[in-house]
Amino acid sequence: MFKGGFIQNLPKIYGLYTGGFIVFILMMAIAEQAGVTAKTIGILFVAFTVAIYALIGYLSRTVQVDAYYLAGRQVPTVFNGMATAADWMSGASFVALAGGVYFGGYSYMAFLVGWTGGYVLVSTLLAPYLRKFGCYTVPDFIGTRYGGNGVRFCAVLVLVLASFTYVTAQINATGTIAARALGIPFEAGVWVGLVSILLCSMLGGMRAVTWTQVAQYIVLIIAYLIPVFWISNKIGAGVFPHLMLGDEVARITELEGQFGLAKNSAADMKAAGVPGGLKSIAVAHAGVGAGGMAVWKYISLAICMMVGTASLPHILMRYFTTPSVKSARKSVAWSLFFIFLLYSSAPMLATLSKISLMDPNLPTGIIGKSIADVQSIEWVKQWSSQKQVFIADFNGDGILQLNEWFMRTGVVVLATPEVAGLPYVISGLVAAGGMAAAMSTADGLILAIANALSHDVYYNMIDPKADVRKRLIVARVLLVVIGAAGAYIASMRITSILGAVAWAFDFAMSGLFFPLVLGVWWKRATREGAIAGMLSGLAAGTAYLIYVYPKFLGNPAWLGIDHLRFGLIGAPVCLVVMVVVSLMTKAPDAATQRMVDEVRVPSGKSILGRAH
Amino acid sequence: MSNKEKHWQKTKGHMIMTLCLWAFFSMVIFLFGYEINSMSFLGYPLAYYMTAQGSLLAFVIIIFWFANRQEKIDEEFGFGEKED
Repeated sequence: MFKGGFIQNLPKIYGLYTGGFIVFILMMAIAEQAGVTAKTIGILFVAFTVAIYALIGYLSRTVQVDAYYLAGRQVPTVFNGMATAADWMSGASFVALAGGVYFGGYSYMAFLVGWTGGYVLVSTLLAPYLRKFGCYTVPDFIGTRYGGNGVRFCAVLVLVLASFTYVTAQINATGTIAARALGIPFEAGVWVGLVSILLCSMLGGMRAVTWTQVAQYIVLIIAYLIPVFWISNKIGAGVFPHLMLGDEVARITELEGQFGLAKNSAADMKAAGVPGGLKSIAVAHAGVGAGGMAVWKYISLAICMMVGTASLPHILMRYFTTPSVKSARKSVAWSLFFIFLLYSSAPMLATLSKISLMDPNLPTGIIGKSIADVQSIEWVKQWSSQKQVFIADFNGDGILQLNEWFMRTGVVVLATPEVAGLPYVISGLVAAGGMAAAMSTADGLILAIANALSHDVYYNMIDPKADVRKRLIVARVLLVVIGAAGAYIASMRITSILGAVAWAFDFAMSGLFFPLVLGVWWKRATREGAIAGMLSGLAAGTAYLIYVYPKFLGNPAWLGIDHLRFGLIGAPVCLVVMVVVSLMTKAPDAATQRMVDEVRVPSGKSILGRAH
Repeated sequence: MSNKEKHWQKTKGHMIMTLCLWAFFSMVIFLFGYEINSMSFLGYPLAYYMTAQGSLLAFVIIIFWFANRQEKIDEEFGFGEKED
């Protein structure tokens, strides 16, 4: 059955895996009919999938440097696309994206455009050239192109700052899901999550992470799409929701007019005892705000997310693993295709979820019904007890108004299957999908940080004579240490003060985007320019963040540039400083110029060898 | 001009063209979000459709097109890679 090597058999292996997973879902559905409790099904879903990832991680163990750092540079185009998509789509994407669209409407959807449009920048400006370079890590490129440990260290600094901001949120998400599915306290869930994450990456580095991420992508996309299609068909909205929800969107707009979109004052919400983080619908589903500021807010957010995407090291390093420059380019296209499958479904899920709750003609509709009736619905009872949904009868008429119904954003994904009356097996599947999404991103991020510290700081700066065995031991120890640090911070539950996922994009954009792009596209860029650019961009961005973020100094935002958009301050500063300082210093030597020329041509050997 | 320089000229031109398309779908149309939202596509308001699905799909198509055309440029100047 399996002739030839592992790589030739990948389609067969993952085909079997997908089939096996579907059989597992069916078995769980049968078990549910046979009376197995919802809790057991939840545990089985999470335990089974995590065990599979751990097995893949174990089978991919390696003692070779190029396999550990680059998965042996033999990951086929389409599979690298799937792995990147899993690497990219975080627990937040999976759990909170649809909820964000649900509550935020059009202006929130700037994130969708930003998080996909960035891949055009990755493919045109960076991925093929970094692949030709043959670096192990992003700072490896910066350090070799500009020359010297100082510039390498600055790149490591930006990488660690951006990735660590991101990783605690991911470990937090794995902890939340593990805690809920296994019925253990959150603090313990975080450590269970961490162990699962490390099982995937520790023994095999990039190689293990690659093959588990492909497996995780398959789980997460199945888990996201099945509910969307099922609900759409169940409520008769359309066989293929992405093309057929026009009427539902129009109906929501009509219902919004009927019920009225009222924004609750903070004082009212406090008086009624609405738990923190819960929101009511106050923004039109499909309406667009008028005026220049609304346009600027939308476009500025999209720009930050796009440029940030193109500077995030854990994404860029995925394209170092393809067999050729050509396949790196194609692989970006496949990545975005696989991301598109989920991202284009999020607004559809938000629409279906909203119409299920709002439309009085549907049996699931709750708005406009009597509050006593709504409170006796099984799922409302269950999610209220976990403080995920809340009802506040502001006007005291005993009828649930649109502004009296509160939900946490994650509920849109986690509870919609129950709301629409789907069997519990789907909720178990969604939990497994969320776990896969959070684990795959956490793995990519932890590996990016650990590789930068082991390859760039330890091997290149501290002990260049270290042998392969020692290098890989250091890499693995760092992986555990960084994971543990992330889990420790996550378990202290202070992630909310560390801010939003969007910060990671702004940090990366402030410090890395221009040094990376100009390294390829501008031969005159010098080491001094790169160092000055990275440090000043990062400093300017961070200073502005402290200046504007409500929990720090909380000054009014300048031109609408709030804490989600501080990269718009950092990146231009980085660009200007880098260009000015580069022009003031001596042009790079002939060898560097030749190296840049070589990078621009796809054929021929990579600049850095397979083992370096 | 050497072969390498010509190749780079053409690559740069291709990059700029791709980024123009990208800018159109990521920024330009959303400058007119309010105005185009009264138009309809597949039954959706147009600006809503573009931000929920349309621009995302456009990016996928743009990158596939970019990669194919860049491969042709590389082959034209003899810099194509051997199949592996």
